[in-house]
Amino acid sequence: MALRTTPIADNAPNKITVKELDFFYGDFHALTDITVDIKEKAVTAFIGPSGCGKSTFLRCFNRMNDLIPSARAEGLVSLDGQDIYETGVDPVDLRRRIGMIFQQPNPFPMSIYDNVAFGPRLQGVSKKAALDEVVQTSLERANLWKEVKDILGRGGLTLSGGQQQRLCIARVLAVEPEVMLMDEPCSAIDPTSVQKIEDLMAELKDRITIIIVTHNMQQAARVSDFTAFFLQEVAGDPAILVEYDRTSNLFTSPKDRRTEDYITGRFG
Amino acid sequence: MAEAPGAQAGSGTLQLVSRRTHLKELALKNLFLLCAGVAVAGVVLIFAFVGVRGWPIFAEVGPWAFLAGREWNPTAGLYGILPLIYGSVVVMLGALVIGTPLAVGTAIFLSEIATPRVRSIVRPAVELLAGIPSVIYGFFGLIILRPIVADVTGGLGFGAVTAWLILAIMIVPTIAAISEDALRSIPPGIREASYAMGATQWQTIYKVLVPAAKIGIIDAIILGMGRAIGETMAVLMVVGNAPVFPESVSEPIATLTTQIVMDMPYAAGEHRTALFGMGIILFLVSMGLVALVRLMSRFQTAMESGR
Amino acid sequence: MSKRVTNAIALGLLWTAAVITVAVLGTVIGYVVINGIGELSPRFIFTWPEGVAAEGGVWPTIVSTLYVTALAMVIITPIAILAAVYLAEYAVQGRLVGIIRFAADSLASVPSIVMGLFGLALFVEAAGIGFSMLSAALALSFLMLPIVMRTTEEAIRAVPKYIRWGSYGLGATKWQTVSRIVLPAAMPRIITGIILSTGRAVGETAVVIYTMGQAINLPVSPLDSGRPMTVHLYLLAMEGINLPAAYGTALLLMILILAFNLGARFFLRRNRKV
Repeated sequence: MALRTTPIADNAPNKITVKELDFFYGDFHALTDITVDIKEKAVTAFIGPSGCGKSTFLRCFNRMNDLIPSARAEGLVSLDGQDIYETGVDPVDLRRRIGMIFQQPNPFPMSIYDNVAFGPRLQGVSKKAALDEVVQTSLERANLWKEVKDILGRGGLTLSGGQQQRLCIARVLAVEPEVMLMDEPCSAIDPTSVQKIEDLMAELKDRITIIIVTHNMQQAARVSDFTAFFLQEVAGDPAILVEYDRTSNLFTSPKDRRTEDYITGRFG
Repeated sequence: MAEAPGAQAGSGTLQLVSRRTHLKELALKNLFLLCAGVAVAGVVLIFAFVGVRGWPIFAEVGPWAFLAGREWNPTAGLYGILPLIYGSVVVMLGALVIGTPLAVGTAIFLSEIATPRVRSIVRPAVELLAGIPSVIYGFFGLIILRPIVADVTGGLGFGAVTAWLILAIMIVPTIAAISEDALRSIPPGIREASYAMGATQWQTIYKVLVPAAKIGIIDAIILGMGRAIGETMAVLMVVGNAPVFPESVSEPIATLTTQIVMDMPYAAGEHRTALFGMGIILFLVSMGLVALVRLMSRFQTAMESGR
Repeated sequence: MSKRVTNAIALGLLWTAAVITVAVLGTVIGYVVINGIGELSPRFIFTWPEGVAAEGGVWPTIVSTLYVTALAMVIITPIAILAAVYLAEYAVQGRLVGIIRFAADSLASVPSIVMGLFGLALFVEAAGIGFSMLSAALALSFLMLPIVMRTTEEAIRAVPKYIRWGSYGLGATKWQTVSRIVLPAAMPRIITGIILSTGRAVGETAVVIYTMGQAINLPVSPLDSGRPMTVHLYLLAMEGINLPAAYGTALLLMILILAFNLGARFFLRRNRKV
């Protein structure tokens, strides 16, 4: 198993920088004053009780929140030093560079092949040979090729839940993203598949930056290099980022009392 | 993928929204809005073209003589549509009285009593009833029901009674479908709570579910009313088409819709204007009923959020 | 009366209501089938009515009905689907959407004779198209518009949100998401809605009687007039001149309607994706 080989250096470049971010749904203030640096080619985990805004925060990175009319972000989120909320930035281009995996595996109601080829086709790739190659490479990188290479024409929805989720990962990999956001990718699938997806993350992080939201602290401890703990202290108040550190530090010697309470299972 | 635009993502700065993409998306959105606007255009056009043709009747004959005139006799220049309004109302009310219990009963049966298997037979049957053309209902009424009604009431069987029976069947699908939706949208927990207190199935239906679905059922009945007032061919074939106030319900009458069809082939001048005037009244009534349903649902939302 | 007895009686009545509803459907269909089946023959279907009593067949009326229905479908389907796309995917709840929905609901409840008058005033007379397939199809398309719009909108809304997210997440634009993911996924239900609305058009009488004309004619161009099956049945039944032919026409009409309805059901069951 290709688990963490070399620890990420402290001076590793920042892929995403967030400064003093506040987030609102209409009148509801969901997140306040979040500042965090996401290291390149590392796995960063967001943990915290349900409803603490970690998924909302994740969706700020690829501007998926734009799809909700009343949603609004204030503050700075930058990718490679460029503000992604700057006027004129194309969220569509942003989302090509920052892929996303959702809680519910969501293959499109079309064949396995067409699912993976969807992204490249959007970008204008239409040659059969080129598409074949992208489909195969992406499925291989998602560790799904062996299982599906003979049934590429079958509907994506006929696969098992775990396979569907890896299909979705292959679909994202096919557009060569630099960052992959994973919103509780393992909460709707069976345990053996969870293992496969965790292995996959370890393999992928050599090439891309991964941010994962998870309910499961053991999972965060297993897969991530850095961990951020979010908390909404009082119902109705905005959530805050309580602590952000190397995973090894955060789980062994948390600096904040609230983090300690959470990881030792005292609440949440 | 190197040749693909945007595939060079992976390095460099974020692309700005391209003007072409932006304009294309905007143009598409407006095209779709235009399509949605066709519905509005339809209503406006109906008003314009039926209204413009029909409006002069109010000026020429006078609104009072038109709406409340007791005699419809175009050859004598008398355009009182009160007997036709009376006919429409009588036919509609009778159909509602017979059809509503049948439809609401069927809706309750479908939502509360039927096993999935029985439901899978009854529900398509109700939907199919809605699909049968009104001219076939009219034909059925004319050939089968009319003689039976004639035997019971005397006369020829052309009149309100036969129309009631036919229309009652025709409004069942409308009322049943909407009532069933209303009943099925009640959370199952409410039923369980009622049974847990020792209520029988009927008590649960009568005291809990029907009151909870009240607004939906009333909506359904209002839309059934609209259907009954607007129905043309089936009524036309069985009411006898005499634009008079009948002595009894088994004598021939006429309604607004049937009179339009009967007179249109030969109507000219003021007579034709009067027919269009009746069309605009029918349109206003049907729109009014739709507006009423919307008001009621708004009222219901307000009540629920107020609680 | 004990509450158990009341319960039994009340449930019995509800059963009765359902049984009556089904029995009525069975009676109407049975009556048309039993009386019409003897009339059906290739000769009846494929020849022309002859003489004052319309002896012979009904072929031109079948062609007129199918012609006008197909024409109306071709006219309204793209408009209705795109209108539904607007309402389901693009529109923000507000005054404009309220007006559009109210207009659609109003169109859906317009008495069919009013739609007929409208078609007569606008298409036949003001636009100068005359009694024709086109006039009738245009009037019918306003009748079909709200039906196709509503079923399409429901079909689009039934496509799960997270499937859309998958597409947006890959960098698809709104139109790419709608055209490549949402509409294909919703297509079986959309097609079902279209089939059902064409069934409605086939059975419509009052809209076409004063827009298509009543003369028996085999339409070739959209500007030709004709007599649809429904009007033929109406005239035969009311004049009482040729009852067997009326039964035969009624049965053919019923078979068409049943074919549309059952076809829609069957299609949906076979192809349902979401």
